Amino acid sequence: MNTVGYTAIVLQVGAVVAGAPLLTGLMRQTRARLEGRAGAGVLQPWRDVRKLLRKEPITPVGTGPAFRWAPPLLVATSLVLAVLVPLISTDTPVRGRADLIVVVSLLALGTLALALAGLDTGTAFGGMGASREMAIAALVEPTILMAVFALSIPAGSTNLPVIVAGAADQPARLTSPAGLLAIAALAVAVLAESGRLPVDNPATHLELTMVHEAMTLEYAGPDLALVEFGAQLRLTVLLGLLASLFAPWGIATGASLAAVLLALLLAVLKVAVLGMALAAAEVFWAKLRLFRVPELLAGSFLLALLAVTASYFLGGEGGQ
Amino acid sequence: MSESLFTQLLDLACGAFLLAAVVVLWRRELAAIVRLFALQGLALAAIALLLGLHEDRWDLIVVAAGIGALRAGLLPYLIRRALATLVTDRAQGQDQAAYTHSEEVRETQPLVNVAASLLTAAALTLLAYAVARPLVELDPTPATRALPVGLAVVLIGFFVLVTRRRALAQVVGFLLLDNGITATAFLAASGVPLIVELGVSFDVLLAVLVLQLLTVRVREAFGTTDIDDLRELHD
Repeated sequence: MNTVGYTAIVLQVGAVVAGAPLLTGLMRQTRARLEGRAGAGVLQPWRDVRKLLRKEPITPVGTGPAFRWAPPLLVATSLVLAVLVPLISTDTPVRGRADLIVVVSLLALGTLALALAGLDTGTAFGGMGASREMAIAALVEPTILMAVFALSIPAGSTNLPVIVAGAADQPARLTSPAGLLAIAALAVAVLAESGRLPVDNPATHLELTMVHEAMTLEYAGPDLALVEFGAQLRLTVLLGLLASLFAPWGIATGASLAAVLLALLLAVLKVAVLGMALAAAEVFWAKLRLFRVPELLAGSFLLALLAVTASYFLGGEGGQ
Repeated sequence: MSESLFTQLLDLACGAFLLAAVVVLWRRELAAIVRLFALQGLALAAIALLLGLHEDRWDLIVVAAGIGALRAGLLPYLIRRALATLVTDRAQGQDQAAYTHSEEVRETQPLVNVAASLLTAAALTLLAYAVARPLVELDPTPATRALPVGLAVVLIGFFVLVTRRRALAQVVGFLLLDNGITATAFLAASGVPLIVELGVSFDVLLAVLVLQLLTVRVREAFGTTDIDDLRELHD
């Protein structure tokens, strides 16, 4: 059992690491095609990483440890997330530690490290980006917690593999009002957390609209490669989490190697489809004005809260 | 219809019912608010229909059809017509048509801003659940367990009524309130007698007709439907 469990983890981390830049490439390519451009190809983010890694590391004068440690910390937290989150199997040796609160705090740790790095540079843009990122993060974290709490009430545990396994057993849980509200809330929170379009434009370098980019302006060379890689990892893990929470079909719950391989294939497919759908949707969306972002996030928090109340009250004793 | 399927569908209808009320607070365009109100009418009709099918009562099914026609069809149509009158009147007369167009059909500045009103809606929903607790414990069936949804929509309707400035948004608030009351009646007691339901429906229809006329008149007299401008007396 353990060998299969460890194989599942190795496969999952390998797929996330190799696939994260490919997912970003796929999303950019989808977007380019829909806009009538040729696009740079799916492999372009890997080529960027290779190019950046060859460059000489440079740090701005006057920056301290916060600036230097942020990129490795961001990548490290994302890699731990990639180990913990049940993307292809719920029966792994780390299942006992894959708690919801751990996952959200690891996400917050990565965000915080990058925000501190933005402040550490002492430039106007870095500080502005950090303050915006923190304002958004403060609204997003409770939403993620609430949305997954709504799903954890029927499962009776905040452990992610237990929630996913329960949902795979009883798909009816997901079509209840609580499940639908939680899907909507978590989707908005994931968009905000990974810095996608209605909240932050990942492709912009326009001063007034940058959030994520403003914090990372001062990075160059291998550090920039790490920061971008970390952001890609986070996007992949978050999309994967969304997919396994709300479309848990095919996730391996037992200790069979064939099931794990099938689950890997399905997980890659699900994340690719989600990413392409997101990229296609982004073509039609405009970035939200910064002062409208709290409205969107308050709305998604409200949806998550309603999901919790609905699964607590409507479900009652009869729903079990 | 099996018991568990009935519970699922009823919960789904109640969820849509509450969600429509909440999203009314979220949106600014009056046209979108009216669309949401029509959706809520459909959800209300679905609740009545499910209860009727579950209890084998044909009169409830007829009431459901009537509610669907009135609240998802006729009332939204009337409000939309009032909205259209406001827009076309203004577009003909003025050179700054585009500007006032966006002013009249949008709830640009509610008294409580959107983020705060969404959080208030969350608090009101929790309040409704807390208040309805003893009622639900009297007879915990799937329908009574959804009772707080009706109360929450009543409270949200009140909230829309007191915080929105545009006359038509307030009309929608009033109708949300009424939808909430009807839903509470259905969920608590499987509806009121047919004759009372008919009376209430005609009452609501008449109220909307009068309010629609009043809105158009207010616009003609004062040039705006912002109710807050009508505080002082003029000659």
